[in-house]
Amino acid sequence: MAKKTATAASPKVEKGYKSLSMPARYVINLVLVAVFIFVGEAMIDGGMISRYQTGVLEQVGIYIIMAVSLNIATGYLGQLPLGHAGFMSVGGYSCAIFIMRNMEAFGVTARDFATGAPQATLLFVVGLIFGGIMAAICGLIIGIPALRLKGDYLAIITLGFAEIIRVVMQNIDGAIGMDLTGGQKGLTGIPSYTNFVNTFVVVAISLFLIHTMMKSRHGRAILAIRDNEIAAEATGVNATYYKTLAFVVSAFFAGIGGGLYAGCIGVMMPAKFGFMKSVEILVMVVLGGMGSMLGSVISATVLTILPEALRAFADYRMLAYSIVLIVMMIFRPEGLLGSYDFSLSRIIEKAMNGQLFKKKAKAAKEAK
Amino acid sequence: MGTISRRDFMKMSGAIAGMAVLAGCGGGSGSSSSDGGSEGGSIKVGLLGPYSGDVAQYGLAVRNGAELYVKQVNEAGGINGKQIELDTMDEKGDSTEAVNAYNKMVEDGVVAILGDVTSTPSIAVAQQSQNDNMPLVSASTTAAAFVEAGPNVFRACITDPFQGKLMADFAADQGYKNVATIFNSGGDYEVGVADAFVEEAKSKGLTVTTEQGYAAGDVDFNSQLTTILATNPDAIMCPNYYQDDGKIVTQARQQGYTGVFLGADGWSGVLDYASAEDLEGCFYDCSFTANNDDEKVQKFIADYKAEYDADPGNFDALGYDAAIVILNAIETVEKDGKAEYGTDDYKQAIVDAIASGTADGVTGTIKYEGTGDPVKPTLVLTFEGGVEKVFTTVEA
Repeated sequence: MAKKTATAASPKVEKGYKSLSMPARYVINLVLVAVFIFVGEAMIDGGMISRYQTGVLEQVGIYIIMAVSLNIATGYLGQLPLGHAGFMSVGGYSCAIFIMRNMEAFGVTARDFATGAPQATLLFVVGLIFGGIMAAICGLIIGIPALRLKGDYLAIITLGFAEIIRVVMQNIDGAIGMDLTGGQKGLTGIPSYTNFVNTFVVVAISLFLIHTMMKSRHGRAILAIRDNEIAAEATGVNATYYKTLAFVVSAFFAGIGGGLYAGCIGVMMPAKFGFMKSVEILVMVVLGGMGSMLGSVISATVLTILPEALRAFADYRMLAYSIVLIVMMIFRPEGLLGSYDFSLSRIIEKAMNGQLFKKKAKAAKEAK
Repeated sequence: MGTISRRDFMKMSGAIAGMAVLAGCGGGSGSSSSDGGSEGGSIKVGLLGPYSGDVAQYGLAVRNGAELYVKQVNEAGGINGKQIELDTMDEKGDSTEAVNAYNKMVEDGVVAILGDVTSTPSIAVAQQSQNDNMPLVSASTTAAAFVEAGPNVFRACITDPFQGKLMADFAADQGYKNVATIFNSGGDYEVGVADAFVEEAKSKGLTVTTEQGYAAGDVDFNSQLTTILATNPDAIMCPNYYQDDGKIVTQARQQGYTGVFLGADGWSGVLDYASAEDLEGCFYDCSFTANNDDEKVQKFIADYKAEYDADPGNFDALGYDAAIVILNAIETVEKDGKAEYGTDDYKQAIVDAIASGTADGVTGTIKYEGTGDPVKPTLVLTFEGGVEKVFTTVEA
């Protein structure tokens, strides 16, 4: 899915340097994403990817969205929020409850999600966006006061808010006197509306939207605030506005991820969205490299698959997981990819100009 | 000796980690393709539970019990000449992992699953199991939504509301007039028992003087206890886990309360958390206690000690019984011989056999009457001089 991260970095207008036009770049990436999803679906239908592996792949997709959305707040905005699981649960609950309550209105049964009926798809899309918006509203409510703080203080206040969300989810039924979240017992019987295709379509769209936002004026402003808030404000960037914007967008996509998660697992329980879930997602971002979208994607993939791949080693698998993390942090504290981001178009352009290995060769020569 | 640069070390460790991941994947796909080898040789049964993480103690106990029974059956020649092969998987108490493990088991070709252990993962697995009509027997999941998922889902333990109701009836039988409750308002188990207790107590004509909730992780219960003691109850229903119960009992005694505490099966193990004098004369309901003179129970305890060199608890016994429920049903199906191993008919036959069968377990005789909830006797235990004693057995 990393193909979507191709940057629109303005190609230097050197004489004789061949470049790809923007539409061509989008077409290339779109085709690759379509091929990926199509081949994946074909392999699932053909039985080459089993149901177990499909389930893990869906979770990979969900955690990609979670990690990339957290990356907006940590990597791009440079803050350290510890409440991402809170937004995930808000999105998950809202989406699941919305879909469950509106299945009749849309004339959809649980089976329709599997067959992909048009009304079911519509309900899925509306539900997911509803979940995202609810999470974004929470992000706004939390973001305005929280973003007045920095560093550790922000971490603590977001942690606190995530706990508030969790406790609200636990007790809201009793407070408003109707069955909404199922309280401590959890929300059960969520139809399994998540599947491989819609997960990865959502992943692709999310990555695309986040990518384009970061390359736009708004994204540049967010990066400027990260690098030096005072300097950014001095040049006329409205720091409070852009910080809140980044935070809300981050929460929105976390809500989308939560919505997919609810459909994938079929049960939501407040206790599952505690502090540890937030840390788990943060680990993915830090491991991948703060500010690198590809890094988040890769580490979310690896860290979701790793515990499953190591299932054969039973008791030792969590040991292996932690050793990977420790080794990583000792030898590469800036994360797997640092702030490097992959651009397919850039590579194609280099290849078109026959410069693909030039830079490397030059660097090697200098090193000698 | 040449020194290794940090860069080279990184490359090497990266390569090794990569290889390990590949090996792991390879191992995974290898085992999934070997599901055909069961003809004649063995019967595959899944065993799912948390064996690491916060709730590992319950998962491990259930696993010990289940493995003990399977071992006994295998040593006695298996079922219909076939050995039982357990496909054991850890889900760390996490529903995501539980669903993954479930899918993996289906791929491995199990014909029934013993699990899961705690509520949320169990419900997630129960919902998934609807796609395959996989026979599912949990040793310990008390949540109502678990067996409501479908007709293929059963449990070996009694439910939270059932315990609450039972203790309320017991309180009425003992002649208590005024009762109060104190419970962890953040736990589904505690709330489930307490709510059912209050409902049944009211319908039996008892006065519930006050209902006091506390937050998970609290260690000081004095303010709730002061409120409760001011209402002067005959008995206090305290249906929490033993760590909390121990503290509550001790603190209440320090405040001068001399009445009785009632509890549910979460009390099992409370003796390490409160003194014998403080616990004297309190009651709680439970499926299993080692201080039971029943022959079957004593044999189980002796077998368990021989195998693990430890005393079995409630969860070990329930794991053992859940294994009996499943293996009895498989035996019925195998003897019947109509359904071919591994087919959908075979699974359906197991489900039917569980629903109509009777399992003679160490926590009592387990039957099912149209639902996944067992019909079985329950013990009410009391404390005498720091020892648990069976006070009475409440028949189903």
